[in-house]
Amino acid sequence: MTYSAFRLFREGLRDHSGWEEAWRDAEPQPAYDVVIVGGGGHGLATAYYLAKEHGIGRVAVVEKGYIGGGNTGRNTTIVRSNYLLEANAHFYELSLKLWEGLSADLNYNVMFSQRGVLNLAHSDAQRDAHMRRGNAMRLNGIDSEWLTREQVAAFVPHLDVSENARFPVVGGLLQRRGGTARHDAVAWGYARAASRRGVDIVQNCEVTGFVIDGGAVKGVQTSRGTIRAKKVGIAVAGHTSHVAAMAGLRLPIESHLLQAFVSEPIKPFIDTVVTFGAGHFYVSQSDKGEMVMGGDLDFYPSYAQRGNLPIIEEAMSCGLQMFPALSRLRMLRHWGGIMDMSMDGSPIISKTPISGLYLNGGWCYGGFKATPGSGFVFAHTIARDEPHPMNAEFRLDRFERGYAIDDKGAGPTPQAH
Amino acid sequence: MLTIRCPHCGERTHTEFTFIGDGERERPADDASEAVWYDYVYLRDNRRGPLAEIWQHTLGCRGFALVERDLVTHAVSGTRPLPPARLPGASS
Repeated sequence: MTYSAFRLFREGLRDHSGWEEAWRDAEPQPAYDVVIVGGGGHGLATAYYLAKEHGIGRVAVVEKGYIGGGNTGRNTTIVRSNYLLEANAHFYELSLKLWEGLSADLNYNVMFSQRGVLNLAHSDAQRDAHMRRGNAMRLNGIDSEWLTREQVAAFVPHLDVSENARFPVVGGLLQRRGGTARHDAVAWGYARAASRRGVDIVQNCEVTGFVIDGGAVKGVQTSRGTIRAKKVGIAVAGHTSHVAAMAGLRLPIESHLLQAFVSEPIKPFIDTVVTFGAGHFYVSQSDKGEMVMGGDLDFYPSYAQRGNLPIIEEAMSCGLQMFPALSRLRMLRHWGGIMDMSMDGSPIISKTPISGLYLNGGWCYGGFKATPGSGFVFAHTIARDEPHPMNAEFRLDRFERGYAIDDKGAGPTPQAH
Repeated sequence: MLTIRCPHCGERTHTEFTFIGDGERERPADDASEAVWYDYVYLRDNRRGPLAEIWQHTLGCRGFALVERDLVTHAVSGTRPLPPARLPGASS
């Protein structure tokens, strides 16, 4: 069923009784051309592009829980491509361009809203660093704009830009094409679009091992039996090390905990995304009116999808520095997700030492915005057995070869990226 | 909030500590091969389960501790002082 204004009108006349299920909840078949482990945005997008761009017929996505129940539904929905280094800049820009046409491509409204992403600067040194990054972006053909303090004040009226702030704002780097999207809709939209192209989406199917013979992958063992496959792609975010270990791989990744928070809904307050530069905090407002906020990692490795109170206090104190008017706002809920923090802060989309086994991970906190681009280049890598030019540098062996892509310059300290 | 027993100061909240890294890795000899150093610097078991970690009591005695902690439940099962040879940056 194709969604359209006409269809909506017709369903409105018959009490919405004609809507079909958006996608097919499949039973696992004995064999596939490609099996993708992980039914989040990245896995579903990969399956979609495998079918659409590469004409691969028999594709399955196996998910241990329900689709989009992991990090796809546990982020702050921010989309941007404001990176310094070329590999990251071009890759995230590819992703941003796919976002710009995604609702039409999927025939599903992912509510992508280019409301801008503003990075505040609070010191001369930070202003210089932001301007350098902004200039690098422009050289890479990506939009960026420096806003003076007065322009920031006009752009975000409730922001405290006064000299009385503990860390006065000196300006900000704005990417107007950045913004937010509806995270659940991304999972559902890709699932529906993939399912319509014949992809099997298998839920409640946990991978417990890989079938490997003579250095080549032959399938996966799951809680619902063995599934043979010519090729297998791993896209499991926080559990990347855990799943890769089943294939005997040790990875340059540590899993850390990141929280996000949502307040009670209020009237329109900010119509963009703002990040605090003197601490780690970012905020936007959802279409429902909730303030959506995120802060730092909890700073210790974890596989528990739940957060800790000290970070909430830290994040809220950053938020009040920026927006004193929020001091009586009540928090509605908070949640934690597991970040696969890589050793240079950049992702890994790569072949592995095992023939036919491909890895997509190391997303740190940046996975959501990468969803379309990640699926696009991962599908290419799997279908052609060689990377797309946009992920050629995101190789698993780049650390060993001395080609780390360290946008923040923090070195092999995963929690610092 | 986690509570961690510092081997020198007693039980404190985790906000007094800084997580340093996986404590199960052995620092290689200075003249070890590149492959061995690559393994030490970049690769992690990142196991889903109990792990011995190095934590520093940054806002206390500043001493280092080996903390046995479960990465799923966050339960701390024991702590002990870090042997001097295992200190971050210790030369072999």
